[in-house]
Amino acid sequence: MIEITVSKNILQTFYFENTLYFRPQINNGNVFSTPMSTQSTTHQASTSVWGGGKSPFNISWGKMYMWFFLVSDAFTFSSLLVAYGTLRHKYSASWPNANDVFTHFPFIHAHVPLAYVGLMTFILIMSSVTMVLAVDAGHKRDNKSVALWLGLTIIGGFMFVGSQAWEWYHFIKGTDQGAYILADHSVARVKEGAENILILNGKEISGAAAEQIKATGEFFQGANLVKNEYGNPLFGDFFFFITGFHGFHVFSGVIINLIIWFNVLDGIYRKRGHYEQIEKTGLYWHFVDLVWVFVFTFFYLV
Amino acid sequence: MDTIQTLHESHAADAHHTHHHEHEQTFWTKYLFTTDHKVISKQFLITAVFMAFLAMGMSMLFRLQLAWPDVKMPFLESLLGQWGKDGKLDPGFYLALVTIHGTIMVFFVLTGGLSGTFSNLLIPLQIGARDMASGLLNMLSYWFFAGSCLVMFISLFVESGPASGGWTIYPPLSALPQAIAGSGLGMDLWLVSMIFFIVSSLLGGINYVTTVINLRTKGMSMTRLPLTIWAFTITAILGILSFPVLFAAALLLFFDRTFGTSFYLTDIFIDGAPLEHIGGSPILFEHLFWFLGHPEVYIVILPALGLASEVISVNSRKPIFGYKAMIGSMGLIAFLSCIVWGHHMFITGMNPFLGSVFVVTTLMVAIPSAVKVFNYIATLWRGNIVLTPAMLFAIGLVSFFISGGLTGIILGDSALDINIHDTYFVVAHFHIVMGASAIFGMLAGVYHWFPRMFGRLMNKNLGYIHFWLTLISVYGVFFPMHFIGLAGVPRRYYANTAYAGFDNLVGINELITVFALLSGVAQLVFAFNFFYSIFKGKKSPQNPWKSNTLEWTAPLSDVHGNWPGEIPTVHRWPYDYGKPGHEDDFIPQTVPFSATPGSNRPDDH
Repeated sequence: MIEITVSKNILQTFYFENTLYFRPQINNGNVFSTPMSTQSTTHQASTSVWGGGKSPFNISWGKMYMWFFLVSDAFTFSSLLVAYGTLRHKYSASWPNANDVFTHFPFIHAHVPLAYVGLMTFILIMSSVTMVLAVDAGHKRDNKSVALWLGLTIIGGFMFVGSQAWEWYHFIKGTDQGAYILADHSVARVKEGAENILILNGKEISGAAAEQIKATGEFFQGANLVKNEYGNPLFGDFFFFITGFHGFHVFSGVIINLIIWFNVLDGIYRKRGHYEQIEKTGLYWHFVDLVWVFVFTFFYLV
Repeated sequence: MDTIQTLHESHAADAHHTHHHEHEQTFWTKYLFTTDHKVISKQFLITAVFMAFLAMGMSMLFRLQLAWPDVKMPFLESLLGQWGKDGKLDPGFYLALVTIHGTIMVFFVLTGGLSGTFSNLLIPLQIGARDMASGLLNMLSYWFFAGSCLVMFISLFVESGPASGGWTIYPPLSALPQAIAGSGLGMDLWLVSMIFFIVSSLLGGINYVTTVINLRTKGMSMTRLPLTIWAFTITAILGILSFPVLFAAALLLFFDRTFGTSFYLTDIFIDGAPLEHIGGSPILFEHLFWFLGHPEVYIVILPALGLASEVISVNSRKPIFGYKAMIGSMGLIAFLSCIVWGHHMFITGMNPFLGSVFVVTTLMVAIPSAVKVFNYIATLWRGNIVLTPAMLFAIGLVSFFISGGLTGIILGDSALDINIHDTYFVVAHFHIVMGASAIFGMLAGVYHWFPRMFGRLMNKNLGYIHFWLTLISVYGVFFPMHFIGLAGVPRRYYANTAYAGFDNLVGINELITVFALLSGVAQLVFAFNFFYSIFKGKKSPQNPWKSNTLEWTAPLSDVHGNWPGEIPTVHRWPYDYGKPGHEDDFIPQTVPFSATPGSNRPDDH
């Protein structure tokens, strides 16, 4: 079995070089209507990996289907992130700093910027690790271990979605001190612990000027799809849309994993003789993880 | 390894299984919720024919308005009710007609209809597979398509009218429900329909690519694939890469409309009062839209070119000229199509340097396109040409592709485009190069593969009448339209009577409308021929056009699983027509080289 796989790989490499440049695939050195050489012609074409009658990458259609789906999904996320990048670049002055926005951590009153999202990210990445272990157990046809690792992956997924809900809740609720939104849509934030000082475009304002702003501006706490106490409302728009879209992906992944998990418990894949289904959902799960790394980078780190 | 083996075997076993139990199928499983690619392709085709007639009917209505803006036509009131009051077409509904005509033609007829029909029919049959990789997802692809057609159709009956912001649905017009009547519920339905369509397109497209990669029969190497299959595969890949971007763009637009976000909206005043929306960019939408929109026009034309390659080679009784150049140029067109979208946006205030980059990439498309055109002509050169209706339509495609492509060179140049942007010159250009061209490819496909689909032949003489009337009327409509455009007449205007400068163009508009009506009559000839032949046409022989490709080796009586016995093995490329040293002028792909010792050549593959 192993030997066959190895020789296939060699063929695959060889063949790839040949097809990339659309070179003729067969040796046409001295083929001149002798039955011997024509037979070898046909023979050679049909045994090469791309010659038909077999899967060139040696994978099932289902797995390939998943790969192409992930490519298309990657384009969806890319276009969203490019849109985010464009508008963020345009409004870099009024764009909120993630270190000011995401400072909450459960049971801790002090500000700990980005610690919570770091924990979320860690949980999600760990769930990818357990997914790898589930796939590996599937290769070994170890039904119990598959159930265990897949179960842990599901728990990790739920924890991530739950954490995201918590993160959203605090973003929507906002700070205690709030901010004043002016007629020109700029935001004057109240300085923490100093109610009489406002921060507008990075400058501190106090006294009569601050009172003037308080009298004319609209007091607002937190963020929604229209307003945002931290600065440019587009930050909220994109945050809710992209993390929501990603969260929806995670949630779908958890549901799919749950279905697969029940199948594992039923012994469906043991009876089937292979655990390819775990690999396919595993691909999806790793992809969702990878996308989060980009979302995390774009929204929290950069 | 064994996993793959098992899967392959179970797939084969599945197909076998269904085949043996075919007589147990009910009407529901056989014609509606079927997983058989041949039936699904018929579903796509018939849905697309219906949608095409709907959209064509709409174009007749707005052409009447453009030609005779002052004449009252009482039948409009009985047909359209409040939108045709006193025999006058409502200006708002005129916009809706233009919008829905474009949407249906681009997406439902030339994307869903063309790829859906022929990829489904030909991919399994020409590569030698029992069915698509996944019959279930293929079935879902059709039903999502049907759903999206249905939603678009329903939107015609909404009181505030269907979407009216143009098929490109630029915000803010499309984003603000209060902007025009058509921006209300009609626009919501448009977006819902489009989301369904994208899902259908992805389900189908991924299936096509997967099938071509994994399920080719023994001996069917990539360079033995018919060019149709190459075209469908490249098209499907383009769809996989570009439709998700439209998906993202449409979702963001949906949020702007529904939840008050400002992705595309900023500084908008209605009746003097500012809206809450601030900061967004309508140009962002254009970028996202045209990143799909431009590949989309190649999604439309590439399958048509693939069909034409096959039809022209078969009916010239000659190998296609430059097989590998054809594949390479399709690949290059597909690649370039992803980096030219800016040429739709020269007048958006784009940096002129960026504009000139887009000019260069755009004009580069001319190179692979010219390669293809010259290859078609070289294939025809000194061939034993058989002028079947399919062949005529394929040659018509080449003609349109040339004449429309030439104006493309003008429009691709920003210095010229800025002057004629959004005039009828653009309308004429894209209707010839992607509209008529692609439709002619599709019609060539329908005439050529009709026996493969229904086991019967279409009437030849009606086909000739259809072809000549359509060819003449298409040029009659769109050739004069260039001059209206050069004179500066803007597109999408309800009437041009307010501008004295356009008064002397009324005659040209009347001429165009006369030809448009003539083309409508010609399509009725086709409709009759199509539906009559499905039931009453002459029975077709097994291989009516003496083709080499595999679909003609499978029984025309439509077996689920395609071949009753083993799948044939392929021994040669599909274009061995008129080969010296062989007595027949064609050698099917299933004939081994050892059986044709007299005609083998050193460069055979």
